[in-house]
Amino acid sequence: MTRISVKVDGTTYEDEVEPRLLLVHYLRDRLGLTGTPIGCDTSNCGACTVDLDGESVKSCSVLAVQADGSDVTTVEGLAHNGELSGLQRAFHERHALQCGYCTPGMLMAARDLLRENPNPSADDVRQGLEGNLCRCTGYQNIVRAVLAASGQEVTA
Amino acid sequence: MSGTVEREVGRPRLRKEDARLITGQTNWTDNISVNGLLHVAILRSPMAHSRLDRVDVSAALDRPGVVAAFSGADLAEGLGSLPCAWPVTEDIVLPDHPPIAVDEVRYAGDPVAVVVARDRYAAADALEAIEVDYTPLPPVLDLEAALAEGAPLVHSDKGTNRCYDWPLKTGEDFDSVRECAEVTLKRRYHQQRLIPNAMEPRAVVVTPLAASGEYTVYSATQIPHILRVMLSVVTGVPEHKLRVVAPDVGGGFGSKLQVYGEEAIALTLARRLGRPVKWTESRSEGYLATHHGRGMIQDVEIAANRDGKLLGLKVDLLADMGAYLMLVTPGIPILGAFMYPAIYKMDSYDFTCTGVFTTRTPTDAYRGAGRPEATYAIERIMDDLAAELDLDPVELRHRNWIGHEDFPYTSIAGLTYDSGNYEAATEKALALFGYDKLRAEQADRNERGDAVRLGIGVSTYTEMCGLAPSRVLRDLRYAAGGWEAATIRMLPTGKVEVVTGTSPHGQGHVTCWSQIAADVLGVPFEDVEVVHGDTMAAPQGMDTYGSRSLVVGGSAVHHAALKVVEKARKVAAHLLEASEHDLEFTDGVFSVKGSPDARKTIQEVAFETFSSHDLPDGMAPTINAEYLVDPDNFSYPHGTHLCAVEVDTETGRTRIRSYVCVDDVGRVVNPAIVEGQVHGGLAQGIAQALFEEAVYDEEGNLLSGTMADYLVPSAADLPDFVTDRTETPSSTNPLGVKGVGEAGTIASTPAAVNAVVDALRPLGVRDVRMPCTPERVWQTLREAAR
Amino acid sequence: MIPPAFDYTRPATVDEAVRALADAGDEGKVLAGGQSLLPLLRLRLAFPELVVDVGRIPGLRGVREVGDSLTIGALTTHHEVIRDPLVRRYAGLLAAATATVADPAVRHRGTLGGSLAHADPAGDLPAVMLALDGELVAVGPRGRRTIPAREFFVDYLQSALTADELLVEVRIPKADGWGFHYEKFQRVAQAWAIVGVAALVRRDNGHIAEARVGLTNMGSTPLRASAAEAALSGAGDPDAVARAAQEAAEGTRPAQDTSASPEYRAHLARVLTKRAVLTAAGMG
Repeated sequence: MTRISVKVDGTTYEDEVEPRLLLVHYLRDRLGLTGTPIGCDTSNCGACTVDLDGESVKSCSVLAVQADGSDVTTVEGLAHNGELSGLQRAFHERHALQCGYCTPGMLMAARDLLRENPNPSADDVRQGLEGNLCRCTGYQNIVRAVLAASGQEVTA
Repeated sequence: MSGTVEREVGRPRLRKEDARLITGQTNWTDNISVNGLLHVAILRSPMAHSRLDRVDVSAALDRPGVVAAFSGADLAEGLGSLPCAWPVTEDIVLPDHPPIAVDEVRYAGDPVAVVVARDRYAAADALEAIEVDYTPLPPVLDLEAALAEGAPLVHSDKGTNRCYDWPLKTGEDFDSVRECAEVTLKRRYHQQRLIPNAMEPRAVVVTPLAASGEYTVYSATQIPHILRVMLSVVTGVPEHKLRVVAPDVGGGFGSKLQVYGEEAIALTLARRLGRPVKWTESRSEGYLATHHGRGMIQDVEIAANRDGKLLGLKVDLLADMGAYLMLVTPGIPILGAFMYPAIYKMDSYDFTCTGVFTTRTPTDAYRGAGRPEATYAIERIMDDLAAELDLDPVELRHRNWIGHEDFPYTSIAGLTYDSGNYEAATEKALALFGYDKLRAEQADRNERGDAVRLGIGVSTYTEMCGLAPSRVLRDLRYAAGGWEAATIRMLPTGKVEVVTGTSPHGQGHVTCWSQIAADVLGVPFEDVEVVHGDTMAAPQGMDTYGSRSLVVGGSAVHHAALKVVEKARKVAAHLLEASEHDLEFTDGVFSVKGSPDARKTIQEVAFETFSSHDLPDGMAPTINAEYLVDPDNFSYPHGTHLCAVEVDTETGRTRIRSYVCVDDVGRVVNPAIVEGQVHGGLAQGIAQALFEEAVYDEEGNLLSGTMADYLVPSAADLPDFVTDRTETPSSTNPLGVKGVGEAGTIASTPAAVNAVVDALRPLGVRDVRMPCTPERVWQTLREAAR
Repeated sequence: MIPPAFDYTRPATVDEAVRALADAGDEGKVLAGGQSLLPLLRLRLAFPELVVDVGRIPGLRGVREVGDSLTIGALTTHHEVIRDPLVRRYAGLLAAATATVADPAVRHRGTLGGSLAHADPAGDLPAVMLALDGELVAVGPRGRRTIPAREFFVDYLQSALTADELLVEVRIPKADGWGFHYEKFQRVAQAWAIVGVAALVRRDNGHIAEARVGLTNMGSTPLRASAAEAALSGAGDPDAVARAAQEAAEGTRPAQDTSASPEYRAHLARVLTKRAVLTAAGMG
């Protein structure tokens, strides 16, 4: 067991964890933060994408011990005081989700994308989301939503 | 009768479902945690076909955190065969299907043993301690070889790998039609196996109330109602002691239209141990354990005159059942049987399907289920025939399709298409696509011998949706009916609960059913809530698949709401001291004709009914209403899809340059949702055309066993789509709707492959097997050059 | 899926890491960004007894200019490599190829050193290191040694590093003034390359004076297309480049797998070499 301290969505947690514990299982099974889902075991689908110290990562491919001392933001930390982020609003307004399983990862990846490139082209968005799979939307409305959100201030 | 101001139906309402999904406040089955929850892990066969000589779980029991471990034999008692609800012929071969193998495994992934442990890590570890002795048996993989005399058998007790033969011959005798025909074409098309890939892997949680023998099953399923019935049959837990809940479900595409062994196993374990249990599949486990789709060889022959007039069609199918018959496995190709003649007039149709057992993961419904395969075959051969006759492929279709003035029209396969307008959809699509200009560019490139060729693919499809009239299902030997139920409850404060028997998993039923109910009742959209996916809260239903929910379930909501209004009218008339016939009902308000001040809102009526102080004599104190719809025909969406591709003849790579579709899905409840369904359907259909295939080696191992090997396309791999609609209302339901869940998938696969072949035809290519990978295209070009 | 259990240590220095690896013998595994290791663990394709997490050892991250070379710390992430001004200026091929690795989230975690030490012939960066004539610096119990890229990739998933050695930095001679291009051929955006070609071209008077061509996924290790390189020397027009590129698959032994046959890979190597060199030479 290894002792870790991780700040998740503004709250600091200290826990003893097995070194092999995946960050995504730490979030889901230990902290009960089930907003971040798991969609594959090869880091292809991106459903589990979270923000780790200011960068998007696939939380199925990070050990909880590697996040020791880090600051994690999940989809559950995007809205502030009930106010949705611009991306969340855009996903809703542009019908960018159907079943919603990929949505947390898409939002986190898109947030990272807009931080890197605040005015992306449609093609930039498509390339930037290459690591996040969706089976419902055919991606078109996701691309639209990210483009729409880029017209607004994107907060870190 | 209903409100006319700002009708809800037809508006692109933003979805009520989204608020939780975009904030992570979700309730996926794997999120569910209860006190004392135990975790189940399943050991699966690493071999396609093998005798099980010994399964010893004792060492697993010694592993830390392990509570129990069982072999198939240990669990056999009280765990029956998994059901097949669609034995398509009287003499179908129906093998026993134990949820855990007892003496033989028949596909790589067949469950062999289970471990129950205190957490998922301990459960996964303990699997390594289980000892199994296998004696390999020969795999059965090739559909034609499997039918040959002396072939190794998947089910040796059955004496054959032939599951069934299902014929459908209508109209004139095909052999005589062929003899008179000026042109005949024969083609063999391959429908590769596909893995559905709903983004949420499957999961099941069972919580027992041991003392009273009651169980709640939470499952990532499309079919909570059917699952309840079937789990009761399989496990012997009485149906009234079972509650099945489909919480948030992350996509299905047919893969969760199933009664899975793991669901029965979890229930059995919860019963044996008296403890709540959870099983969640990993993606790569799901690739073995969740049913696959497609998997057919299609021999197609078409007969026509030189002027392009179709005379007849012959289809011989070999359909890969996989190792066992699951819920509707044998019926999938039969759903397609009626769709091969598509939108065309012809005099003769001769269809047979032979179901074949193989030692692979069972197949079953995958988005479209039989209809994409049928549409692929007919639309591919129509393009080939056009080339053979030197006709434009759109013109060939024009010469053969059912004219808009011909409806209702009974197809050669015996379906009565109630409505449609193929001309209108096609005309619109051609204009949006810039068809003539692209043809000119194509000719120019061909002339120049450009290394990058342009191809244009046409697909004019129809499909049968709205499954289904129960009597038709009876005739097809399907075990259940095709009705759907809705209940509308008017709450005392005037809010509305719609209880539906459909079970959404991404389709937006909560939003659309709210729109339908709000219109009829004249209440605000926001005042409607929709209850679904729980056999306790929504006890009656036939669930969600086959583009049926809106057509059948939405109609039930509409009818139930009408019944509420009629009941409310009696109360309102009584309260207003007027005759029912003198009441008008507009925007939720009953008023007396000629005395506009004499009015009662439906909300007021709801409260008066709740208090029941002054109801008409003999009237029960409720205006709630239930309605069950059994449709008397299918609905028939149709449309025209046009795809332009650029094929790099050096590398074989295909790039979609533009894609235009004009679909006619009848009246539209929510255009944003319809567009989204089309986009997603197109992506999946194009994925079959270009990217995806479940590949097995000659031992029967799944080589494309992870998401790194099975290529689900990302945003970077797909184009923007141009979508539009025509609107010919269906006459088979009160809403005029047709269903849209599968249209994009059905139409797009042949559009894309037709485009690839069209690009390469001048180079001598007449077919490219799916998926049209760069290497396949390159190989095909090389063969054509020889 | 769930990784098997392992012991874990997070050394603070290179020496501590080397000691831990030496103690673990063949049962130790270095964890840098984890983007190759974690999927292997999750699929239970690797069962290390000890995972040595070197991710926080100071001084192993970042790019420095040292004379005619760049020195890149082994823990520098792909994301950092792509954006680094020195890399972009002097080793543009590396930046361009790194931008094609996996997807943005993976590039945030994955490291240059990790992907080289993993020695996957399907990885994009090994062939690039070959084309750049880079060197790799390792530290072990016997000290520090420098391994030319040509000697580093020994076999499939096997580098010249011994079990107790840690890759600490990568040196790349500045390729100032060379044209470059990485041509990656894959079936979907985040898939591994079926074949990739890394081309570096120095031009003189409109002719190719020198070309270096690294091949991804054309054998059990990354390879240089030596025959094509020789034939490219002096090529002055696209036809000459195309003729020379016909030699690109000489001496390669590409694998058969679900994504391609050896025959097709050889064909792709020729086509992609032509395209990569034409682009690198500004003749495309």
